[in-house]
Amino acid sequence: MKHVVDAIPYAQFLGVATEQVDGLWQCVLPFHEGLVGNPRLPAIHGGVLGAFLELTALVRLIEESGTERAPKPITFSIDYLRSARPATTRARADIVKLGRRIANVHVVAWQDDPARPVASGNGKFLL
Amino acid sequence: MSDGPRYALGFMFGPGTPGMVSFTPHAQRLGIQVVETGPRFAVVRLPYRTELIGDPGRKVIFGGAITALLDHASGLAIACSLEELKAIATIDLRVDYLRAAEPGLDLTGRVECYRLTRNVAFIRGTAWDASPDDPFASCAGSFMLGANNAGSPFTRLVPGEGTEQS
Repeated sequence: MKHVVDAIPYAQFLGVATEQVDGLWQCVLPFHEGLVGNPRLPAIHGGVLGAFLELTALVRLIEESGTERAPKPITFSIDYLRSARPATTRARADIVKLGRRIANVHVVAWQDDPARPVASGNGKFLL
Repeated sequence: MSDGPRYALGFMFGPGTPGMVSFTPHAQRLGIQVVETGPRFAVVRLPYRTELIGDPGRKVIFGGAITALLDHASGLAIACSLEELKAIATIDLRVDYLRAAEPGLDLTGRVECYRLTRNVAFIRGTAWDASPDDPFASCAGSFMLGANNAGSPFTRLVPGEGTEQS
C-alpha cells in the first residue's frame, strides 16, 4: 500500500504513512500542529479525520481491486465518535463489497485503542 | 444580553477577512478563506493547489479536502446561527461527489444551518468551481452543540474576547 500512498499528493500533505500489523495493512497519521481544528481542546480538525478515512478507504480499494485508474468517490459518510486528541491516529479499511462497477468500503480510525474508535466512515466508489 | 445582537457573530456578517481562519491551524494550512458570512450561512473557498491532488492522473483535488472545506464551512455556518457561542462537534457528515472538480479552479463551499435545536444543529451545503449553479459536491450533516467545556474557537472572532493562547 505504501507506493499507492506515496503517489497521492494529498496523503503527503497530511503526512500519512502505512504500516503492517499482524499481516494487515493500515494507514498512520502522526500528529502535527497543522492538523488542529480547535486549539482550545486541542482536537484534530474534523475535516482531517474525514480525509484520512477517505484516503485509507481509497488506498485499500486500489490495492485490493488492482485497478490502474483511481476509483472515483460517489459518496463518503463519516461518523465522528470521539474527539481526536493531539496523538497519532490509525485507520483500517474493510471492503464490504467489491462489485463490477461499485465498491462499498467501511473504515475505522482510532488513537491508542482500536476498541475506542474516534471516527468511522463508509464510502461508495465507482470503479 | 437583552440589547445585544441576535447572533453572537452578527457584527462580522458580510465579506470574510483573512483573520477569520487564523485560529484554526488546519484551515490555515489548507489555505481556506472565508468569502462571506451571514445569518445561518457561511461561504468558504479552497484555492487550488497541486499539493491537494488526490488523483494524480486527472489532477483532481482529493475528496477529503472537499470534506474538510465543507466541514469547516459547516462549523462556521453553525457559529453564525448561535445567539451565544458554544463548542461545535461534528456528529456526522455525508458528502456526495456529483462530478469531479475542475483541475486548476478554486473550490467554493456554501453551507447553511437549516435547523438548530438546543443540542443539535443540522446543515446542508454545496461546493462548486466555476458556478454555484453547477455544484460538484453536496453535503448534509449534524453537529452537537456544547459538546465540551472548551468553548468555541470562533470566540476568537469576537473583539476583546478569547484572545488568550491556549
